[in-house]
Amino acid sequence: MDNSATTPVRKEVVEEMLPYLTENFGNPSSIYDPGKISKHAIEKARKKVADAIGAEENEIYFTSGGTESDNWAVKGIAFANRHKGKHIITSSIEHHAILHACSWLEGQGFEVTYLPVDRYGMVSPEELENAIRDDTILITVMLANNEIGTIQPVEEIGKIAREKRIYFHTDAVQAIGHVPIDVKKMNLDLLSLSGHKFGGPKGCGALYIRKGTKIEALLHGGAQERKRRAGTENVPSIVGLGKAIELATGEIEETNKTLLEIRERLIDGLLKIPKTHLNGHPTQRLANNVNVTFEYIEGESLLLLLNAKGIFASTGSACNSTSLEPSHVLTACGVPHEIVHGSLRLSLGRMNTHEDVDRVLEVLPEIVQKLRNMSPLTPQEYRTF
Amino acid sequence: MDYSVKVMDHFSNPRNMGSIENSDGIGEVGNAKCGDIMKIFLKVEEDRIVDVKFQTFGCGAAIASSSMATELIKGKTLKEAWELSNKAVAEALDGLPPIKMHCSMLAEEAIHEAINDYLRKKGLEPWTE
Repeated sequence: MDNSATTPVRKEVVEEMLPYLTENFGNPSSIYDPGKISKHAIEKARKKVADAIGAEENEIYFTSGGTESDNWAVKGIAFANRHKGKHIITSSIEHHAILHACSWLEGQGFEVTYLPVDRYGMVSPEELENAIRDDTILITVMLANNEIGTIQPVEEIGKIAREKRIYFHTDAVQAIGHVPIDVKKMNLDLLSLSGHKFGGPKGCGALYIRKGTKIEALLHGGAQERKRRAGTENVPSIVGLGKAIELATGEIEETNKTLLEIRERLIDGLLKIPKTHLNGHPTQRLANNVNVTFEYIEGESLLLLLNAKGIFASTGSACNSTSLEPSHVLTACGVPHEIVHGSLRLSLGRMNTHEDVDRVLEVLPEIVQKLRNMSPLTPQEYRTF
Repeated sequence: MDYSVKVMDHFSNPRNMGSIENSDGIGEVGNAKCGDIMKIFLKVEEDRIVDVKFQTFGCGAAIASSSMATELIKGKTLKEAWELSNKAVAEALDGLPPIKMHCSMLAEEAIHEAINDYLRKKGLEPWTE
């Protein structure tokens, strides 16, 4: 139950990729026939990605994944537009690919406003509008959060950005296949996506760049991707990404219907455990995201005990990270320091069933109780010994 | 997190978990903010630890360190228990990931706190080293 971390490559996707890992190995830049086959396959995939988000084919650029797309968007816009200004607006709950790119830019002389969020993880469009300065060159706010699943009012933000003629980027890595996307309706100038989050291969993503957008390249070299992203294309993965996004966006309604049922059953069941709180927005959230905090216990212990029962999940606890800092997302939502370590994220995918929910709801209360019995923080009334 | 078999054993089946009513010394270190709290209860007879229990809020390494540390000081004199280093706890667990070494430190500190609590209750000077 950790599908926000990654998903298995779908069978249909693997089948589509296979010829490009075997017989069709031509370099797309070569002018002979095998090269053209590869080139053609990339263009077919580009069309699929464009169709999935309402963009034009020549607005899609393939990358190595979400992190590269985010870095390219933020740094590329910053450097191409620095004569206009040095101010960037983002939110405090972005993925580290955005936040760390922004803090690096601060070291390069740019200024960044990190907007706060409410207790549900929502950015306020009014606060965003107030943060705009004469020298603001970029607004980047994610479409859906990876930890708590909160879906941001991107369309409203897009309208503000367009009116003020400021570039607007969104990290849609978690949203593809769950939230219908129309880059025109949302007034987006840039959008990041990553293949392995929706049944595609790892190490392949894309950046949508609206026609006419002034952006610097991140990787310099050959003339690939209309001279904007050098490097021989990852043909098999690009083909796989195309197929995966076609499937994921085509099935969006059906998938969400099933996932919503499972999600609601899980949330209802988990909240029956005393001193348990739901993180994120109750309704404006991804159909596949469940994030709760159990008081008095720590997340890594919880994950280890779940792992022993064959349930794979994730946590925002510091003890699970290499930084020893608790989740910046939960902290920004105002989850108190004392309980932030007891958070658990269950992110659902197309392979999860109602039986999985039964299993989690059977096993989890016992595990929480075991850890509560062990914890010096647990009041007597929540102990069983 | 890559834990040794021994860490996983002590984490999954912690020894000496719980509290002691009418304990002779209690040591509590860490805080919820940093994500680790360790509480050690001692029963002491004639300068010897005849029983020890722990309660821990924390990660796998913190729980395993508490379990191992209590095993190592059970039956020992206060002096011997005082000399238990965090390194010895980590070694007894067949090592801890470098980022988790502070968990074994917490065990050493909790034992020191508990011993000094005992000494103070007895009207004695707490030990410093």
